[in-house]
Amino acid sequence: MLTCAAMRELLDRALDTASARGASYADVRLVRRLEESIAVKTGRLEGLASSESEGFGVRVLVDGAWGFAASHLLTLDEADRVAALAVRIARASATALRRSVVLDDRPPAHGRYETPVAEDPFALPLDVKIADLLTADRAMADVKGIAFTDSLYRAQREWKSFAATDGSDTEQVITHVGAAIEANAIDGDEHQRRSYPDAGGAFQAAGYEYVRSLDLAGQAERHAEEAVALLSAPQCPAGRTTIVLHPSQLYLQVHESCGHPTELDRVFGTEASYAGTSFLTPDKLASGFRYGSDLVDIVADATAPGGLGTFGWDDEGVAAQAVPLVRAGIFVGYLSSRETAPRIGRRSGGAMRADGWDRIPLIRMTNINLLPKPGMSLDEIVQDTDDGLFLASNRSWSIDDRRLNFQFATEVGYEIKGGKLGRLFRNPTYTGITHEFWRSCDAVGDERSYVMLGTPNCGKGEPGQTGHVGHGVPGARFRNVQVGVGKW
Amino acid sequence: MVSQPSRDPAARAGSGRSGGPDWLFLAEELLRLAEHDGATAAEALVMAEDSALTRFANSEIHQNVAERNGRLNLRYVVGRRVGVASSDRLDDAGLRALVERAGRVARLAEERDEAVALGEPGPLPEAAGAFSEATADASPELRAGAVRAVIAAADTAGVVAYGSFATTTETVAVASSPGIRAIEARTHARLVTVQMAPDGGSGYAEAAAADVTAIDGAAVGREAADRASRTRNPVSIEPGDYPVVLEPYAVVDLLGTLGFLGFSALAVEEGRSFAEPGRRIGSDLVTIWDDGLDPAGLPMAFDYEGVGKRRVSLVERGVCRDMVYDAATAARAGRRSTGHGLPAPNPWGPFPLNLFMAPGEASRDELLGGLERGLLVTRFHYTNPVHPKLAIVTGMTRDGTFLVERGRIVAPVRNLRFTQSYLAALAGVEAVGRERRTLLGDLGAAVVPAIRVAAFTFTGATEH
Repeated sequence: MLTCAAMRELLDRALDTASARGASYADVRLVRRLEESIAVKTGRLEGLASSESEGFGVRVLVDGAWGFAASHLLTLDEADRVAALAVRIARASATALRRSVVLDDRPPAHGRYETPVAEDPFALPLDVKIADLLTADRAMADVKGIAFTDSLYRAQREWKSFAATDGSDTEQVITHVGAAIEANAIDGDEHQRRSYPDAGGAFQAAGYEYVRSLDLAGQAERHAEEAVALLSAPQCPAGRTTIVLHPSQLYLQVHESCGHPTELDRVFGTEASYAGTSFLTPDKLASGFRYGSDLVDIVADATAPGGLGTFGWDDEGVAAQAVPLVRAGIFVGYLSSRETAPRIGRRSGGAMRADGWDRIPLIRMTNINLLPKPGMSLDEIVQDTDDGLFLASNRSWSIDDRRLNFQFATEVGYEIKGGKLGRLFRNPTYTGITHEFWRSCDAVGDERSYVMLGTPNCGKGEPGQTGHVGHGVPGARFRNVQVGVGKW
Repeated sequence: MVSQPSRDPAARAGSGRSGGPDWLFLAEELLRLAEHDGATAAEALVMAEDSALTRFANSEIHQNVAERNGRLNLRYVVGRRVGVASSDRLDDAGLRALVERAGRVARLAEERDEAVALGEPGPLPEAAGAFSEATADASPELRAGAVRAVIAAADTAGVVAYGSFATTTETVAVASSPGIRAIEARTHARLVTVQMAPDGGSGYAEAAAADVTAIDGAAVGREAADRASRTRNPVSIEPGDYPVVLEPYAVVDLLGTLGFLGFSALAVEEGRSFAEPGRRIGSDLVTIWDDGLDPAGLPMAFDYEGVGKRRVSLVERGVCRDMVYDAATAARAGRRSTGHGLPAPNPWGPFPLNLFMAPGEASRDELLGGLERGLLVTRFHYTNPVHPKLAIVTGMTRDGTFLVERGRIVAPVRNLRFTQSYLAALAGVEAVGRERRTLLGDLGAAVVPAIRVAAFTFTGATEH
């Protein structure tokens, strides 16, 4: 761990070397990341892990092309080597360049940001966190018919120093915590699971108070019993029907069908060979493309309390902000960077984020939120529905390379009849085309149902990066949706 | 490259590649510190990486990165308790802090019923072809040159090139209380490209090898450009059941997914796997194994517990045979690890990272010739299990889907969504190609042929 003065010297050295070698712009991030995880399996502590990572990455512009290099060795000699390598790489990039990079003119960034934390998860004794998770997991494992349970707790804290040749200089301390419990029931070839709040864990930018608020132990038995009940539940019927999505599924629908297609680097093709491109091309921005119904308001809000995409500045020094993506159903904006925004005549929306010190920043989701609508809570939407399916807790996801054709499976589905939840169905699935689906949205929950969820496992980029992104969602209803896909 | 450590501490500083650390010395030092700290047993794992990747889009390089990292992972055992800590701080204070954290975590852990299983020492095989100097020394200029060759092929065909070219050196070192001392440097290079035509065409090609000189950028570029040119103006077809020929790029997803879902001893132990020795899951033409030592793949001599790789027969003529084990699952089963452990902590269990599917006898024309009316699928996109135990998977086709009638390609088609049991697909294999490709997917390396499957269920379509 470096002292503040040594850290400052390393940042300055990297920038000076990059400039001396010919960079017209350079920035450097020094990141220290601390992670702690607890894994419990079937009532027993399965794994305890603590991880620490520290290093720096230098990004340079030379002859209009990017270069990036990174190292875990925090020495001045290494700062020289890495900065020089980044410049050499940029020069190699320039040999296959058709359009020089132009950055927008954001003002230099200065300041400090820290995630508000009431109960520091790293200061709390480990045995307290273990005991909480064991209690919840055992409450699931004790339910008759459960084959095995899996529960997890994770916390991550990142100290990030950013400096750039334009004089920018910021410090951030970001803390994320999350947890989940999961019960599995197996009978022959049938394997069913129920998780709470989400199979991969529900996470927020917060302290341990967030984990306490989940009341894992209080939710355990009900979810485990539901896993067992699913084994003998009828298969979800096939056909077109109304579906009501619980936030535990709706957040991923927003993630896949709105978050990713509004990433402007993807729109310009830089993810084409990996995750794909986007149907939301710039001509649709100009023409006011109808993405969804009038009820659909989606915003990328890096200032939202508790979101995994909440910060002070992005990883190229652009201040956190709220950017409308869909307003009253009309497509109005993108997630963008200093390089991509000018190409559509805008300034960066501050969405450049890197997975640690060793990765280059990419356009990533911040908190992509479906805004609540006054009127009905999620329960009242169900009561307002004559016939349909209530779907909760994501089980699998898939969407095409332009983010149009999607298919999701949820852990649980309930029949809705006359405004009441009825029979339980297993293996529910639904599928559709993004804009047709969102245009069929005829009810969005109000503030009472609005929750901040998200995922710490959003994959993007080559080399691969894992992003922490938030999604505030209230639950919503969609008409005439194809459900029960495939042969069972 | 498997070796024993130097005994001269003075020789260790700067004795690694490029003047970097001596990774096995670091692993041994970490082990020594853990044992001195009170660990009754420990395992020190070092994963060092020197990697670079050049990425291109719109027929120009838009991202070009390099990284050097060394990661230390310590399993610290106290009696029947175990804790894991990791760090990339390599200085003396960093090592001591790592030992302190791992020890603290271990002492808080619950006592297990059984002893903590670390890898058992044994003879380490040589993995010929695992390391290539050329790959380790690959420069930004070399990668840019190959990318220019891909772009030139795209320019010639009037299409636009996207893709990436990665070169990686991974050094893995393990030192453990049971006596394992292992170090190996492995390299791999991977070039992928998607090429797009202005009128809806899209084509894919990929090459992977331990030795970067085996990758021909121009050839990869031409293959993708040819597909992109042939998929212009695709037609729509109705979803439904079709016989298919799956190119190796699609087959690698099928094998990797089945490896993830079922070929692990832990998955079997927990009852979530389809695999069961003696159970038929494929046609007679399906034989699958894992072999970390076969130079046709991307070899590795030992796993992340320092246990030598063994060839494991997974499916023989359609019938499940064995599964892969790590130290923990092997100890519970009363047998030896097969060398398939991942870094701790590892909730997924052992994993087959070097899959092979036996080639058949069919030429490409013979594979297509068996389709009266069916589809040729180049690759899958964004696949995900809908029902893991039944291996029902959904995903899209991408970058080259063709309608085949009476054995001949008659039109490119818009992409389709499938919802299909991969086990049922194996059961429906009616021909296997005689050529195989070495590919590096998200779930490890695989050497796979093209296959023809009697029926594949497509459940939806998209607009391109």
